[in-house]
Amino acid sequence: MTAQVRIKTLKIDGRDVSAREDETILQVARDNNIFIPSLCYLEGLSAVGACRLCMVELRGSSKLLPACMTHVEEGMDVITQSERLAKYRRMILELIFSERNHICSICVSNGHCELQSLAQKLGLTHIQVPYRFPRFQVDATHDRFVIDHNRCILCARCVRVCDEIEGAHTWDIMGRGIEARVISDLNQPWGESQTCTSCGKCVHVCPTGALFEKGKSSSEMAKRQQFLPYLTLMREGKQ
Amino acid sequence: MTPEEIQTIAVNQQKVRHKTPYHVCVCTAAACHSMQSDQVKNMLFEEVRARGLEKECTVRGVGCLGLCSEGPLVVVESDGDHPTQRLYKKVKAEDAPRIIGQMGKEPVADLLCPSDLPFFTKQKKIVLENSGLIDPERVEDAIALGGYAALIQALTDMTPAEVIEEIVHSGLRGRGGAGYPTGLKWSTVAKAVGAKKYVVCNGDEGDPGAFMDRSVLESDPHRVLEGMIIAAYAVGAQEGYVYVRAEYPLAIKRLRNAIRQAQRLGLLGNNILGTPFHFHVDVRLGAGAFVCGEETALLASIEGLRGSPRPRPPYPAQYGLWGCPTLINNVETFANIAPIIRKGSAWFAGIGTEKSKGTKVFALAGQVKHTGLIEVPMGTTLREIVFEIGGGIPEGKQFKAIQTGGPSGGCIPEKYLDMPVDYDSLSELGSIMGSGGMIVIDETSSMVDVAKYFMEFCVSESCGKCVPCRVGTDQMHRLLEKIAKQKATRNDLALLEDLCDLVKKTSLCGLGQTAPNPVLSTLRYFRHEYESLLRAESHARS
Repeated sequence: MTAQVRIKTLKIDGRDVSAREDETILQVARDNNIFIPSLCYLEGLSAVGACRLCMVELRGSSKLLPACMTHVEEGMDVITQSERLAKYRRMILELIFSERNHICSICVSNGHCELQSLAQKLGLTHIQVPYRFPRFQVDATHDRFVIDHNRCILCARCVRVCDEIEGAHTWDIMGRGIEARVISDLNQPWGESQTCTSCGKCVHVCPTGALFEKGKSSSEMAKRQQFLPYLTLMREGKQ
Repeated sequence: MTPEEIQTIAVNQQKVRHKTPYHVCVCTAAACHSMQSDQVKNMLFEEVRARGLEKECTVRGVGCLGLCSEGPLVVVESDGDHPTQRLYKKVKAEDAPRIIGQMGKEPVADLLCPSDLPFFTKQKKIVLENSGLIDPERVEDAIALGGYAALIQALTDMTPAEVIEEIVHSGLRGRGGAGYPTGLKWSTVAKAVGAKKYVVCNGDEGDPGAFMDRSVLESDPHRVLEGMIIAAYAVGAQEGYVYVRAEYPLAIKRLRNAIRQAQRLGLLGNNILGTPFHFHVDVRLGAGAFVCGEETALLASIEGLRGSPRPRPPYPAQYGLWGCPTLINNVETFANIAPIIRKGSAWFAGIGTEKSKGTKVFALAGQVKHTGLIEVPMGTTLREIVFEIGGGIPEGKQFKAIQTGGPSGGCIPEKYLDMPVDYDSLSELGSIMGSGGMIVIDETSSMVDVAKYFMEFCVSESCGKCVPCRVGTDQMHRLLEKIAKQKATRNDLALLEDLCDLVKKTSLCGLGQTAPNPVLSTLRYFRHEYESLLRAESHARS
C-alpha cells in the first residue's frame, strides 16, 4: 500500500546522511543528532517556517533556507553552523525577547522554557535591541488554563495543534504585524469559548510560559509534548 | 458568437463612430472622477442637447487621459476635413457652454492644454493604447479598436504551444515588479501536471503612490480579460480569478461589467468563440492587506484563508490555488499579451533594452510638475522621465532623488539620473522596477523621513508571521524615529544596518526581504543625512 519512496543522500555539515525524499533537512538533521535551533517547528504539526531560526546555508548558494520546510535533494551540501547563521540566529532571538515581556524570573515556565533554553544554548547573554515593553492582558477566564500574551512568541503551535490534531480550531491569529496576537474563537475570553474542548494540547505544545495550567508552580509546569508524535503516528496508521 | 460576428461588431461600431463629426471625450478614471468629471460629462451632454447638436456631437466617458494633475480632462475631436484634437484641462461643469459653443471655432484659450508637451510626445503606448480613446464600459468600443482580435487569432490559428512561444520570444517580463520572464512562467504552468489549473490576475496594487493597475482596469478592462483568456488557453486552465483590492471600487465595477459583457458575447464561459475551450473568470476582492499582493498570500486569500505567505518552493506554478498549478501574473503583464499576439513577438522585442522589452507604465507622483500616468519604452532615462515628461521640479526647487518601487524599492540620487530604466539597472542601483510607482523628491525633503515613512508602512503591513519582518521592521522604525529626533548614536546606526541585513536575508516573503531597501538605498546615497542627525558625541556605552 505504501507508495515507492525514493531515498536521497546528502551532506549535512560534511556528514553523509541518507533520507527519504519526503523528509525535510530539519527532520534528517534531528535523526542524525545534528542540532539546528527552531521554535515554531514541532514534530507532528505542519511546518510553517515562521521563526526563521532554522535557516541553513547550502554550499555554493548565498540564499538561506528554512530547514523545517526545505525538502532534501540528492547531493545537497547543507551547512547548519556558520558565523553568519550564528549571528542571524542570535539576532532573531534578541528580537523575540525584545518583542514582548519575557521576564524569566517571574515566569511559570522558568526552567522549562524552550525560548530560555535555546537562548542559553546559543550563548545569548544580553539583548542589543531595545525592549518594547508592550502592555498585554492575561486571560485567566478558563477553568483550568491561562493565556499570558506577554510570553507569546506567535509560533502558532497552539493554533496548529488545535486545528490539526484536536480539530477544534479554537485558536487563531488576529491583527497584522507587530499587532498580531493569538485569540480564541472570535476574540472572546477563553473561558467563554464555544469550541474549546479543554483538552490542554495547546498548553503542552506551547514553547514558553504563554499557555500554562492554573495552580502549577514553576517547578511543576513542565510541558509534555510526547503525546504528539505518538498521536500522529497512530492516526496515520503507521507502525 | 463566432469570430465573424465579433468582427461585424467592430465594423458597425467604427461606422457609428463616424456618424457625427464631433466627439467630446471626458476622462472618467479615478483621478478625474474624484474631481467631479461625471458632472462635467452630464453638463456637456445637457449642453449638446440644449443646442440640438445630438446629430453633430457625441459625448462619451473614456478612460485615463494621463495628465492626472490637470484633471478633469476633456478632449474634443473633430473629424471633418481638418481633423483636430483639443485637450482641455481643469474643466468645471460651468465651462460646458463655452466648450460646446467653440466647437469648430477657436478653442477656449484659458482651458486649453498644449498637446505638444513632452508629457504626451515622449510616451509610447502599448498597454495604454486604448486608454482615453474608448468608453471602458462598452465592449463594442474595445472591439472596434482591435479588442479580442488577438484572442480570435490565438484560438483559431495557434496552438497553445505556439502562443507560449510567441510570449517567450517577445521577452516580456513580469510587470508586478520582480521581472520574472512571463513566457517561462507560462510554459512551467503548461507543463505542470494537474486535472485543474487556474489563471490568477494580481490587481492588489498596494504601493503608496502607485496607480497603474487601477488605471488599466478603469480604462480598458477588456484588455486584461483578453490577456487572461489567452493565458488560460495557453496553459490549459479552465478557471481564473482577478484579485483586486477593495479600495478600487470604480475598477471593480468596470471589471465586473466587462466580465458580464464578455460572457454575453461568448468570449468567456463555455465553448469560447465556438471552440471547445472553456474559461470562467470571477472577481475576488482584497480586504486591505498589502501583503496579499505577494503571490502565496494572495492565493491564500482567494482560498478564504488569512492572507499570510508561505515559503516557496513549491511555487504556485506547481502548487497554487487549492494545490493546483496556477499561473499568476500582474494586471499590466496581462494587458501586454493581446498586442504581442496581434503584432507579433518580433515587434515587441524591438522595443526597449536588451534584457527588458516593451514599455512600462509608471505612476509619476511627488514633487514634479506633471503628475499622472505615463508609459515609456524600457531604457528611457530617469532624467527624461522627471525633467521632460514630468516637466521638472515646481517652484524652481532642486531635484534630490527619485523613489521607485514603493516600500520594496529605493531612492536614486541625481548622479544616476541618466541611467536607463530597466529591471537590471534599477536593481544595480539598489532599487527595483517594482510595479511602477515613481515618487520625485525635492531638496526640501529629508531622506531619513522618506525611509521612516516607508518603514512605517512596512510595520503596519507586515503580516506578522515571521519574526524578522514582524519585530525587525518595528525595531527599525523605532531606530529611524530616534535618528529623526536626533537622539540616536553611532551604535544605533550600526544596529539599524545589522537589522536591515537580518530582515533582508531571513524574512519569509518578499515583503520582509525587501522592506529594508528604502533604508539601505538612502544610507547608500545619503548617508551624510543620517550622520548629521546623530548625537554630536556618541557615548558608546553598550
